[in-house]
Amino acid sequence: MNTFPLTVTINGSEIVRDVEPRLLLSDFLRHELGLTGTHVGCEHGVCGACTVLVNGRSIRSCLMLAAQTHGQTVQTVESLGTPDNLHPLQQAFWESHGLQCGFCTPGFLMTLIPFLEETPSPTEAEIREAISGNLCRCTGYQHIVEAVQRAASRD
Amino acid sequence: MKPAPFDYLVPETLTAVLAALTQHGDEAKLLAGGQSLIPAMNFRLARPGVLVDINRLEGELAYIKATANGGLRLGALTRHYQVERSPLVAQHDPLLQQMMPHIAHPQIRNRGTLGGSLAHADPAAELPVWAIARQATLTIQSERGSRQVAASDFFTGLFATDLAADEMVTEVAVEPLPPRSGTGFVEMARRHGDYALAGVAAIVTLAADGRCAAARLVCLNVGEVPQVAERAAATVVGQRPTADLFAAAADIAAREEIDPTDDIHASAAYKRHLVRVLTQRALVQAFEAVKN
Repeated sequence: MNTFPLTVTINGSEIVRDVEPRLLLSDFLRHELGLTGTHVGCEHGVCGACTVLVNGRSIRSCLMLAAQTHGQTVQTVESLGTPDNLHPLQQAFWESHGLQCGFCTPGFLMTLIPFLEETPSPTEAEIREAISGNLCRCTGYQHIVEAVQRAASRD
Repeated sequence: MKPAPFDYLVPETLTAVLAALTQHGDEAKLLAGGQSLIPAMNFRLARPGVLVDINRLEGELAYIKATANGGLRLGALTRHYQVERSPLVAQHDPLLQQMMPHIAHPQIRNRGTLGGSLAHADPAAELPVWAIARQATLTIQSERGSRQVAASDFFTGLFATDLAADEMVTEVAVEPLPPRSGTGFVEMARRHGDYALAGVAAIVTLAADGRCAAARLVCLNVGEVPQVAERAAATVVGQRPTADLFAAAADIAAREEIDPTDDIHASAAYKRHLVRVLTQRALVQAFEAVKN
């Protein structure tokens, strides 16, 4: 088995591992590092559940090899708040009932973190465009949009 | 662990990438943004023996430059989000700017690349339609040298291009639009960002007397490659823009100049209907853009 010597910064910690080149970033995060907040839905880039940040930009971790993050910075949902101290966006999702089963939520959060940094006062249309690549089968999106508006109004 | 095993190469320079392609030929596949290749590998529809990751060429091949005469040169590794937000693109290529938000979703546009989309040659993709509509010139390199190919000669069939196994696209260039030109692009997808069922791009140029001096119409996903509706466009040339004129042109495009097939998403007849409607809308957009 050929391996790739990977050094990557994940949620502020430098990780050094030998990985198989074919290992997807999503599976690396979940299976090798135990960062199971990143959810895996469709595994071909449609559902958005596995969205994480690489160098600050939202990407689908099922469409990137772990080896491709060499020398880069990755942030997962675990980098946001804790159960006792939610990130303001997580707090807004909670207050607006922006999740039901919660499977899609990490992907929504990681999509929206850079979006709200770039667009601190988004319109509803901008919010809907921003989350167009994330599927939610519970909420019908309305409460998610409200959560984003709530988070934006507090910034 | 979804993709089948492969040897992973990460060259640091274009020279090294081209050497790897020469060495591995058909066995090798270039990994650019990976937004089409990696899903295909996850499904094991693609099983390259050697994956040549070109993402370390960003310093060399990710750029957008205006040329002296007002055209544009774009490096093959320029990512969609960079094109989408580029003031140079907004200024010099409104058609390209209009198309970018239609390409998938923000997360995909953060990774996907211009050269990758063109080389993939998906009939439902927007950028091949742009390249054909704007009569772009692609620069293709290999260890054997560099050559230039017109977009109209580049797309040879369904997911097929003029690229040989040892070649890669390195740059795409377009000439400036003539003065008094306008562009339009519309597509119909079941959800925004999904693969479009059909789409139409229009470029028009007005003469000083308000008649149409030149027109170009290119249809998306109604043939194996982007379909140029030449006779429909010719109907518009020499005329003053009116709704009746657009309807006549759209009728020709929909009946005579496309080759749609039935699939699980839409019947061929419905796609013809879409092209008839979208051609008119694209022409309205393009002529409105000239006025503004």
